[in-house]
Amino acid sequence: MLVRRLGPSRLRPTGLGDLDRMRYDMLRLFDTLAGPEERSRGVFPAMNVTQDADNFYIRCELPGVRLDDLEVGVVHRTVTVSGKREAPEEEGVSYHRKERASGSFSRSVVLPSALEADGMDAVYEHGVLTITLPLAEAAKPRQIAVKSA
Amino acid sequence: MNEESSRAIEMREKGDLEASEGTRPGPVFTPPVDIFESADAITVLADMPGVQPEHVTVDLNEDVLTITGYCEDGEEEGRVRVVQEYRCGTFQRRFTLSELVDQAGIKATVTDGVLRLELPKADRARPARIEVRAGA
Repeated sequence: MLVRRLGPSRLRPTGLGDLDRMRYDMLRLFDTLAGPEERSRGVFPAMNVTQDADNFYIRCELPGVRLDDLEVGVVHRTVTVSGKREAPEEEGVSYHRKERASGSFSRSVVLPSALEADGMDAVYEHGVLTITLPLAEAAKPRQIAVKSA
Repeated sequence: MNEESSRAIEMREKGDLEASEGTRPGPVFTPPVDIFESADAITVLADMPGVQPEHVTVDLNEDVLTITGYCEDGEEEGRVRVVQEYRCGTFQRRFTLSELVDQAGIKATVTDGVLRLELPKADRARPARIEVRAGA
């Protein structure tokens, strides 16, 4: 069984009315007040999303996951990170503590703008997965020079 | 898929360690650990995502074992934070060992953000055998 959860994404979608926009902003403000730990209680893995003019960057904390067990999928604007983390197999040992979780995970986030399929990249290093997602040409910010008539 | 791997992983908070005396700025987290013992060694596994192997220190003082590792925030300048669910900082945890450990034989490796520490148990004093010879 694969559990799929939609994370509490707080990316403000475009095309909202004034009231919805205010609602989003208020929710985001509460998130800020609560601190980063409060935002996604119970959803694994923890994600940080950043953005610049060309790309979205998603970072996930995924310590001890084998590369073969990790999957990243993109459909339209939804990015899904899924996989499993296996408990270490040890023979003839007695456990004193077992705090590290093992099992399967799947998490999706919906990004607020369209993505470009070319140039997508995912790197796993030191237990952190970094996904680079280029923005579609149409979604990039643009400046229009104003000329006098 | 067996039952073990079909369970969903729940995200756990990185607990803040209280009363730690850090020398680096930033939050201090308690990494989740597995500790298991075999006949000849104690093994500690600790989750430290984002920590490079060279940033991990293991210290054994008398019977107090301290593991510390820090991660550097890899976020580059000029990027706007959209969602932030975790922070980078220092991972630290301290244990008191109940068994004697062979200090020279301690092995520590960091793979994919997980520290694996193997602490071989010290040889206990072997029962001495005294040979009894017949007197001439």
